[in-house]
Amino acid sequence: MLRIDCPWCGPRDEDEFVNGGDAHIDRPEPPEQVSPEEWAAYLFFHTNPKGVLAERWVHSFGCRRWFHALRDTVSHRILATYRPDAPRPDGMA
Amino acid sequence: MSGFRLSTGGDGIDRNQPLAFRYNGRTMQGFAGDTLASALLANGVSIVGRGFKYHRPRGVIGTGFAETNALVQLGEGAALTPNVPATLVPLREGLVASSPTGWPSTRFDLGRLNDRLAALLSAGFYYKTFIWPNWHWFEPFIRRAAGFGSAPELPDPDRYEARERHVDVLVIGGGPAGLAAAEAAHAAGAKVLLVEADTRLSGPVPAGVEALTRTTALGYYDANFVTTVEEIDTGALRQRLWKLRATQVVIATGAFERPMLFANNDLPGVMLAGAVRTYVERYGVAPGKAVLFATADDGAYTAAFAAREAGLAVRGIVDLRIAPPLAEQARERGITVHAGSHVRAAKGWSHVRGAVIDGPGGTQRIACDLIAVSGGWSPAVQLFSQSSGSTRHDPALGGFVPDKAAQPAHVCGLAAGLRDQDEAIASGRAAGLAAARGEAPTVPLPLAGPPAPPIPPSDNPKRVFVDLQTDVTLADLEQATHENYRSVEHVKRYTVWGMGVDQGRLSSTNGVAALAQLRGDDPAALGTTKYRPPFAPVAIAALAADRPNGALFRPWQHLPAHDWHVDRGAAFEDFGHLRPSHYPLAGESMEAAARREALAVRGNVGIMDSSSFGKIELKGPEAGRFLDLLSLGRPSTIPVGRARYNLLCDELGVLLDDGVVARLAEDHFLLNASSGHAARVRGWIEDWHQCQWPLDLVTRDVSEEWAVLTVAGPKARDVVRAAGCALPATSADFPHLSVTETTLGPHRVRVQRVSFTGELSYEIAIAAPQAGMLADRLWEAGRSFGMVPFGLEALDILRIEKGFIHVGTDTDGATIPADIGWGKPGQREGDYLGKRSLLHPSASRTGRRQLVGLEPLERHAPLPVGGHVIGGSPHPSQGFVTSSCFSPTLDRAIALGLLADGRQRHGETVDIWSEGRTFRARVVAPRFLDPEGARLHV
Repeated sequence: MLRIDCPWCGPRDEDEFVNGGDAHIDRPEPPEQVSPEEWAAYLFFHTNPKGVLAERWVHSFGCRRWFHALRDTVSHRILATYRPDAPRPDGMA
Repeated sequence: MSGFRLSTGGDGIDRNQPLAFRYNGRTMQGFAGDTLASALLANGVSIVGRGFKYHRPRGVIGTGFAETNALVQLGEGAALTPNVPATLVPLREGLVASSPTGWPSTRFDLGRLNDRLAALLSAGFYYKTFIWPNWHWFEPFIRRAAGFGSAPELPDPDRYEARERHVDVLVIGGGPAGLAAAEAAHAAGAKVLLVEADTRLSGPVPAGVEALTRTTALGYYDANFVTTVEEIDTGALRQRLWKLRATQVVIATGAFERPMLFANNDLPGVMLAGAVRTYVERYGVAPGKAVLFATADDGAYTAAFAAREAGLAVRGIVDLRIAPPLAEQARERGITVHAGSHVRAAKGWSHVRGAVIDGPGGTQRIACDLIAVSGGWSPAVQLFSQSSGSTRHDPALGGFVPDKAAQPAHVCGLAAGLRDQDEAIASGRAAGLAAARGEAPTVPLPLAGPPAPPIPPSDNPKRVFVDLQTDVTLADLEQATHENYRSVEHVKRYTVWGMGVDQGRLSSTNGVAALAQLRGDDPAALGTTKYRPPFAPVAIAALAADRPNGALFRPWQHLPAHDWHVDRGAAFEDFGHLRPSHYPLAGESMEAAARREALAVRGNVGIMDSSSFGKIELKGPEAGRFLDLLSLGRPSTIPVGRARYNLLCDELGVLLDDGVVARLAEDHFLLNASSGHAARVRGWIEDWHQCQWPLDLVTRDVSEEWAVLTVAGPKARDVVRAAGCALPATSADFPHLSVTETTLGPHRVRVQRVSFTGELSYEIAIAAPQAGMLADRLWEAGRSFGMVPFGLEALDILRIEKGFIHVGTDTDGATIPADIGWGKPGQREGDYLGKRSLLHPSASRTGRRQLVGLEPLERHAPLPVGGHVIGGSPHPSQGFVTSSCFSPTLDRAIALGLLADGRQRHGETVDIWSEGRTFRARVVAPRFLDPEGARLHV
């Protein structure tokens, strides 16, 4: 079971959290000017890296707040957690 | 011949404390400190089980976890525990055990005929039988013949508990290295917990260290989360599950001795050399009288010396190595050493009577009743591997050792392949210190040495057992290799090698070595199979110990006025909340009750509990703007005091939920969500507010704070007024789709005039604790109007008659708003969730499944929900029935459904197929009653 450091509450067991998929995916707007390709990229075509993934988590059984985490998809280790308005701490786009 | 109790020796037993126990119906005696296995050996029991496939007799082969044969059923009746290695059961007075294998008995097993049919049961037997000719012909026989134990048929009467613990350093293993690690870690200031599966440690517990014996580490998960199970057996409590979170872990799990591969190496009387030593020294038991050692390792010499010391006849040491380092010491003790030799076959029918050895001096036969084998030591890498650590092949050990740790863990001692005890202790100390200091993971390197000798060839590979528990022989591995199975994982599954309850503890390394040799490959190139939790079998009850069970397994969620419904004679059903489905009169069926209740609402008045609906408040200057971004309607244009039906979509444009949004004040909205979607909608709103549009508003889920009672029917207004609810005088002043905060008698209530029945309807919300009082008051007021309580079954009829949908019932994962008749896709101005998807051509294409009404031609026969509309092309299904009922008001069966291009097909007759039956129905508009909604505006 992972131990996740909620930026609002501190470290807690994984079962207090729910994963929300990739982080830093910008929602293209306004809809009338978004090409089908851009919209498809937003909805479906994410990077799925073997390695460090930035992802969204919510502390569902805690503060109910969202945050971001960098997780290594190979080792399953969480490298960092940070508030959703903060940039990726590893400087990647 | 078989085992017996030595007259002296046995530092682990108390000869002054005899214990009586029963095995296979026979009363026997052992001593305190014995395991069931040592007591059985002392009582001369030779055959303790039967092989899985060939039903060949099997005897005790090892100690502790290194036991594949002596699996017993412990206890009787409800307390029966199957598949327990006798080597792990401490003997106690009155213990009852039996061997599960063998029919009619373990000693005489007719299944041994399989031994003559071995050719039919070779590797892949199951897979081939699954395919041809027909698995079901064989299944009953195979299931009876192949099982080890039988599960108890009664609920487990024992008590289990679970606890969580955080420690600085967790040491797994109480051998010399583990104890040294614990001591060093404690000395460095760490809080240390040591767990050991055995009943005793190899030395005294270091001061300040907490040690749990009889505690087995089962699983090593992410972030140093380790589960262990502690055997308690106090009567009141059987096992305790520990969920341990350690900052650092020290793995001092030791190693497993390897059996040797020769023909009939499964006969009772073949035993691991280390086990022979343990039985002699710890339990004062001789597993045989005349012992021949077969080895490729120094460990067997120590065991031989111990056997000699205890007075056993040592018939020699057969060593694969040309120049065994300890040969001289053995000869000094008068023990013959056959260097460069190996056992070709064990002899005997039901017990070892001798061995045939091949060596430089030719072939000879040696009489003995015990063959003590030691093919070397394989580090117990199971937990390390579970922690995602990698392993590498060590040629000197002939086995796999930990390589790179993936978690904060330190390996030491024999688990790291360190054979020398001083070296092991030193590595333990280093590991403990590194763990206490939080240093990076360490794995010491074992000493280099000459490579372990290869497996000698055999002329009878069908009798050379690699895995004694699953009866996988060298011949099976040969066959798998010939059939081109390359990956060890595939060979494992094909042959079932390593798939027994022991998880290949004794067979894994030998299997890899054998496979490598068959291919002329290096074992390092093959690697090992992945080890998974649990390390040892565990009672499900122990794993479930901290979960509520029985009535609390999934507690009922009651409505605030639950007791009131009970008093009205409600029948309840589980809809997340326990909600009244109907209120049957004496002898009345559910269908009859639902129709009666529905008619009462249409013709008069009824009351129902709507408390389970989701109620989410949004308040703030930008609440309207935020709701517009989430909704298909425009909640920001709702006037204060009014309400509007609204849809929520996801970004695919697919319907997420529907419900009424009411505006309580300029900056204050109440969003009603369906009962089943309330939690999801709440999370949805929070997500978009926190992560995408952090506008100036707050949200709050008040679902549990308000109870809601709905009064519906032509006389609803009269009842609500009679109950003392202060509402505007005329209908026009409080029209359909209005909301107000007012009073009912002395109580503050929130009233919404909205309707899911199609009738005049008031939803009266009150603080949840006052729900029963409100229900009583409305009930009292409704008495003179003949008001009835109505449940969900009646509500379903009422809403189907009106074509009101349930999102998720009448819609699926492809339904967009236009499919249920909600305007043109994406036409609303401004951005909102899902809009871009609704602008996509696929949202406007023909062939989309649209909501329709269905009237069966057979007027009184309701259509089956889930029945498909058939006859279309290219796909045979054009849609399906989503909701169906018999409408008492219309005196006919009606249904809702999703149908391809359904809106253009009103009037068409379609065929509906369900489970072999075909129904005919007419497609109509999804509005069976009062299409203009006149009844809502009275």
